[in-house]
Amino acid sequence: MSFEPKILAFCCHHCAYGAADLSGVLRLQYPVNIQIIRVPCSGRVSGEHVLDAFVKGADGVCVAGCLKGNCHYQSGNLRAGKRVEILKNRLADIGIEPERLHMFYVSASMGALFARFMAELVETIRDLGPAFSGQEREGGEQLDSRTS
Amino acid sequence: MSIGPAAKVIEARTGSRLEKVLRAGHFAVTAEIGPPKGADGRRIQQLAALVKDYSDAQNLTDNQTAVVRLCSLAAAVHVLNNGGEPVLQMTTRDRNRIALQSDLLGAASLGVRNVLCLSGDHQRFGNHPEAKGVFDIDSVQLTATVRQMREERLFICGEEIKAPPRVFVGAVENPFAGPVELRVLRLGKKVMAGAEFIQTQVVYDVEGFTRWMEAVCAAGWHKKTFILAGVTPPKSAGALRYMSRIPGMKVPEELIRRMEKASDKLREGQRIALEIINHVRAIAGVSGVHIMAINWEEAVPEIVSMAGLYPRP
Amino acid sequence: MILARPKTVSSILALVGGMKSLVVAGCQECVTVCQSGGRKEVSCVAQLLEIAGKKRGFPFEIAQVTVFRQCDNEYLVPLDVLMEKADACISLGCGVGVQFIAERYPTVMVIPGVDTVGGGGTVMSGVWEERCAMCGECILAETTGICPVTRCAKGLLNGPCGGSVDGRCEAGTDLPCAWEMIYHRLKKQGRLDSLTRIRPPKNWAHSGSGVMRKVIREEVMPCLSVLPLK
Ligand code: SF4
Ligand code: SF4
Repeated sequence: MSFEPKILAFCCHHCAYGAADLSGVLRLQYPVNIQIIRVPCSGRVSGEHVLDAFVKGADGVCVAGCLKGNCHYQSGNLRAGKRVEILKNRLADIGIEPERLHMFYVSASMGALFARFMAELVETIRDLGPAFSGQEREGGEQLDSRTS
Repeated sequence: MSIGPAAKVIEARTGSRLEKVLRAGHFAVTAEIGPPKGADGRRIQQLAALVKDYSDAQNLTDNQTAVVRLCSLAAAVHVLNNGGEPVLQMTTRDRNRIALQSDLLGAASLGVRNVLCLSGDHQRFGNHPEAKGVFDIDSVQLTATVRQMREERLFICGEEIKAPPRVFVGAVENPFAGPVELRVLRLGKKVMAGAEFIQTQVVYDVEGFTRWMEAVCAAGWHKKTFILAGVTPPKSAGALRYMSRIPGMKVPEELIRRMEKASDKLREGQRIALEIINHVRAIAGVSGVHIMAINWEEAVPEIVSMAGLYPRP
Repeated sequence: MILARPKTVSSILALVGGMKSLVVAGCQECVTVCQSGGRKEVSCVAQLLEIAGKKRGFPFEIAQVTVFRQCDNEYLVPLDVLMEKADACISLGCGVGVQFIAERYPTVMVIPGVDTVGGGGTVMSGVWEERCAMCGECILAETTGICPVTRCAKGLLNGPCGGSVDGRCEAGTDLPCAWEMIYHRLKKQGRLDSLTRIRPPKNWAHSGSGVMRKVIREEVMPCLSVLPLK
């Protein structure tokens, strides 16, 4: 059975979510492995949220915010970027590949870039394989995908 | 403990040769000997024999730059056994008040007649940066302690000492660190604590040293203590550059260039030392020089002879 | 406040290898302020342990609890039921909290989840600095409110060493020389003469290098007459 990764993307309302929307409007395809959670700002995503995604069975997590310098709250995306760096280190520390976590900066007009990035992310995680070996995966369980 | 009586210029009472020379009004010369990083005492013995006739006393550094070396007390005994006059350097970095007082008694019992009180370079830059720094007391308190032990015959705790250590007490000062006013205040504090002689940081910046000495003389401290200017003959331009990076050292850029250009570096280094000696000798209030020929103790006899300071009184 | 910094989760994992049931305990006081042991940190550490447990194929059962104050026995009550079946407790409180938990539950292994650094404060968001070494005999009045015991790398009490250059401490170019700061402040206050006073050796018996210190205030202690008789 081929491995289908589960990936959670925290997308900020002002840019990343807009980009996701636009890629839909443009009828661009990106893999169904991605589930999006809309957040007011990528800076709202704290370590707990990211780690909780892994605990609940995500194989990869992506935090997507506005382009650097364009955050609607000045620096929320920069803070998110720093948090992601720290979390990557903490994951590596316990033996989880840090590549499972990504920070992504995008503007609302970059629908195509968004779709391409998501496709690449799915491939990266597919290559890494499941975060946990078979029986420990809480298979089938849908990730919570409320959008704001 | 009672501390603080201003050091009185008193008659020599310690049996120290350095004290006699200074009180007799001669321009004093002391030389530094760096103990080795091993258990072999022969080099200290050789160096002591080499410099003893060219200096009034020889300083033995105490784990200088926080690098473990043969201890200064043992080194001092090697010097004594070879006819020298050791100045025992004691830092408060590695020993608490119990060990410091005990070492002082031991040193005096072996015939050491001079001690230099320092706080010591911070262990962070030595070869054991993970060591715990002791700093139970500071250099000013150590200075006062030695005087109290010698004159009031009391330990820090107030208990009586039957046979007090008869040692001549010195301290150090860095004329180049921080505001001159603060540096003079601190020198004064050391003198008040009982420092009978002061050996300074290496002088390359003669102008800065002159300014500091003016302030020292204006405050009158030169009358209450003997000030020996530190002199280090540079071995190479690289050595000068290295020293310019040591915290609290000032090395004029032109001096480094001069060393770079010189064809015979060693000669030039000796010449520079000689010029500095002649310069500081002319400054009012300077009572002598302290030659720190780091890893180059062999240069001392020649420098002293060239400066016309040989033979010693 | 008491400053602390998180230990790596891998170092905790190395201690709980074969265990099953863990309690991760936080504290709402100092370690919450310096963001090393409050509710959020407890959650992150617990989640990381959980992820690591799943990864090794033998998940932990982890309980999270963050109490009002770990260094006060009465606030530890919420741990009682959790500790009954715990193999180990990871406390993200300071060293005091860890010890209070260990005292209350002597049969359970207690593991410090943070390294306790010292007494300090927030100088800017994300930066905390030590200010007090808790020497037991405060001399700040004489040193213009700048603590040389803590902020001078050599803990000198009688002025700067020879290594201070341009106001920097010899022990680290990023640190200001405490004694030069004291000098400038004394000068501003017109109290430079205080620098000429020789301070005698400090009584370190009051400090952490003596015997364990105790503070006793009779008037705060329970009154025996109102205690129930045995
Ligand atoms: S003098 Fe002692 S009590 Fe006062 S701030 Fe410094 S370490 Fe703390
Ligand atoms: S440079 Fe200043 S702060 Fe640093 S050890 Fe020396 S006196 Fe203390």
